[in-house]
Amino acid sequence: MNRLIALAALAAFAVTPAWAGKKDDTLNFGVYREVENYDFYFNTAREGILIQQLVWDNLIDRDPRTGEYLPLLAKSFKWIDDVTLEMELHDGVKFHNGEPFDADSAVFTINWVSNPTNKVITQANVNWMKNAEKLGPHKIRLHLKQPFPAALEYLSGTVPMYPKDYYAKVGPQGMGREPIGTGPYKVVAAKAGDFITMVKNPDYFKDSTKGQPGIGKIHMRTIREANTQFAELMTGGLDWIWQVPADQAEKLAANPRLTVKAAETMRVGYLGMDAAGRAGDGPLKNVKVRQAIAHAINRDSMVKNLVKGDSRVVHAACFPSQFGCTDDVRRYDFDPARAKALLAEAGFPNGLDIDIYAYRERPWTEAVIGDLRTVGIRARLQYLSYASLRDKNHAGETPFFHMTWGSNSINDVSAILAVFFGKGMPDDFARDPELHEWLRIADNSVNPDTRKTNYKKALQKIAEQAYWLPTFTYVVNVAFTRELDFTPDADEIPRFVRARWK
Amino acid sequence: MLAYAAKRICLALLVALTVSIISFGLLRLSGDLAQALAGQSSTAADVEALRKAYGLDQPLTVQYLEWAGKVLAGDFGDSFFFKEPVAAMLAQRLPVTMLLGASALTFALVLAVPLGVVAAMRPNSWIDRLALTLAVLGQALPSFWFALMLMIVFGLTLRWLPISGTGTWQHFVMPSIALGYYATPAIMRLTRAGMMEVMASDYIRTARAKGLRMPTVLFKHALRNAVIPVVALAAVQFGFMLGGSIVIETIFALHGVGYLAWESITRADFPVVQAIVLVLASIYVVLTLLADLLNAFLDPRIRIA
Repeated sequence: MNRLIALAALAAFAVTPAWAGKKDDTLNFGVYREVENYDFYFNTAREGILIQQLVWDNLIDRDPRTGEYLPLLAKSFKWIDDVTLEMELHDGVKFHNGEPFDADSAVFTINWVSNPTNKVITQANVNWMKNAEKLGPHKIRLHLKQPFPAALEYLSGTVPMYPKDYYAKVGPQGMGREPIGTGPYKVVAAKAGDFITMVKNPDYFKDSTKGQPGIGKIHMRTIREANTQFAELMTGGLDWIWQVPADQAEKLAANPRLTVKAAETMRVGYLGMDAAGRAGDGPLKNVKVRQAIAHAINRDSMVKNLVKGDSRVVHAACFPSQFGCTDDVRRYDFDPARAKALLAEAGFPNGLDIDIYAYRERPWTEAVIGDLRTVGIRARLQYLSYASLRDKNHAGETPFFHMTWGSNSINDVSAILAVFFGKGMPDDFARDPELHEWLRIADNSVNPDTRKTNYKKALQKIAEQAYWLPTFTYVVNVAFTRELDFTPDADEIPRFVRARWK
Repeated sequence: MLAYAAKRICLALLVALTVSIISFGLLRLSGDLAQALAGQSSTAADVEALRKAYGLDQPLTVQYLEWAGKVLAGDFGDSFFFKEPVAAMLAQRLPVTMLLGASALTFALVLAVPLGVVAAMRPNSWIDRLALTLAVLGQALPSFWFALMLMIVFGLTLRWLPISGTGTWQHFVMPSIALGYYATPAIMRLTRAGMMEVMASDYIRTARAKGLRMPTVLFKHALRNAVIPVVALAAVQFGFMLGGSIVIETIFALHGVGYLAWESITRADFPVVQAIVLVLASIYVVLTLLADLLNAFLDPRIRIA
């Protein structure tokens, strides 16, 4: 008996878990957010874009460093006119299940995702396409609904190609369970909301502008608790994590086993306000209340003390590098006295009570709530998951919200303005006909000057009316093992296909 | 005994019925189900079609009876978030939570019963006080803090155990300790009290008078009788552990039912929340019923009362 107990104790404490990493050529990385469906068209998580880069390919690629558009699954592309793009496709590319990639799969994908009855979640990613037609076994024509200058940007980011026969058979749920693409990594196991495991695709086509995969196996795990992620990273259970808060990034950087890199991203934070009264006849319909809120928030202090790194305050509703973005708009300096005066002018001398909805970086929203309280606005935090908040937003049930937008990493201002101020869009809480018209002109023109002029008018009115209060750009802190050669890109898409073990 | 059993079973069924009504109400209070099922980009006609197709235009009592019928057939509907059948999701995650609950309970028994015996053997001695302190600490320590401390010591510093996940049995060691430690005070105190009572009884005095060795008296005669109420308590504690594993599962990234419950609440995925409430409550009702019946079987005074 005593011997048995001794053996059990020995077994319990002699256990050395099998750490992954360079030794077994497996990159383990952790994420906070659950991906509800690995089908790219049916999730809105940033992690979905990360997986898309690995599992699927687009017709066109954008070099993240130069911004140049390069043919990917398309061997070449040329504009026939303002609304017609012709593409020659690569021959010999196969999906992971052996199905050939050809004009049929490209036409099927475009026609399926652009059909609104199929309910792709982010309609703005696909609703600019009218349809596609097959010109030959490896030649297609893409027809746009109207001129859309950002077409190449979208094609390179948000329109991955799907296998026709497989997708027609299994649909979004089947694709979510067993994703099949042409990409550099093949999915070998996946469970929505939990993990996904991918292995190097040995047959990945040699001409890919993404490069050839280097690491043998990639495993993503969902770990909600930040401390658990840090502990896993420090002990080798994980090799890579991201969205590390600034204070924790400083601590992790002191660990000699780890590298911490910070990169400004295209993600912009904002306070959305229900100017149109979609959630009811609330105080935010009054422009003076919205302007008071804008003056009440100390964005400089938040950048300096909370966000840190390369983050910067933004005044216009766009990321500075995006085509059409301008900072020539009304600015709201931190001025609590002015905020109080505006509230009094608006008929709220004793302040007001309101719900504020948020879904990430809770301490930052709490800082906003603190600033608002000093001017008499008593905001109650309603903290939800992103999917829930998105649905509530779309249903027009949120009067005031602190959210972010990464523009799907698209370097064109249409990727943000069309979503939040375009006519008929579910995220539009301004419902301003003038904005609708300016954006319609800008989004559909191929003349850069016309676009810039109209975007500028829109951005100036958004700021003047304080429909939105843009806060600051986001910085993604990435922490990873020193054994990994990895470089983050500014578009907030980790490209593991280029990662290598040192 | 039969009359008592019948009465307890009826009571348990009544509790289960009440839980099912509350669980059903949860979903109805969450808003317009037809709209939620149809999605945001749906038209009014889509919503109305779904309302009819799912019987949501029927009176609430009819809807409840239909829903209860489906639940009895194992159909809990689909998750709003994952768009997957809830029953399949529970089937995937329940084993993780059951394994965690069982191993946590094992840990609690292995720690608390010997502590209770030792404490009972030398009441009010330093050993008794030490045992009591160890057990009370289990209830006083916040589980998230204790879990993080375990993680820092055994995962980060000593590197004896993996920190998160469910890959091997080692992954369950720290979560089981963190969850099970909370249950030790009650088990320890009950064992101690039972042992003290039994040790003072006539048959133990007789056993000692016969010249039996102390370990034989303790483990063969005393503990067997003293531990009977502990078995019933353990069944109830197991129910608590299944429902109370939310924090532990989140910290150790165990994708079990507790973790799913927490995530589903944050994203207002009510069909999942509803099913979890119902399943966990039913398990708890069954365990409580079994504990009551066991107690009554062992102690006739209970069924007479």
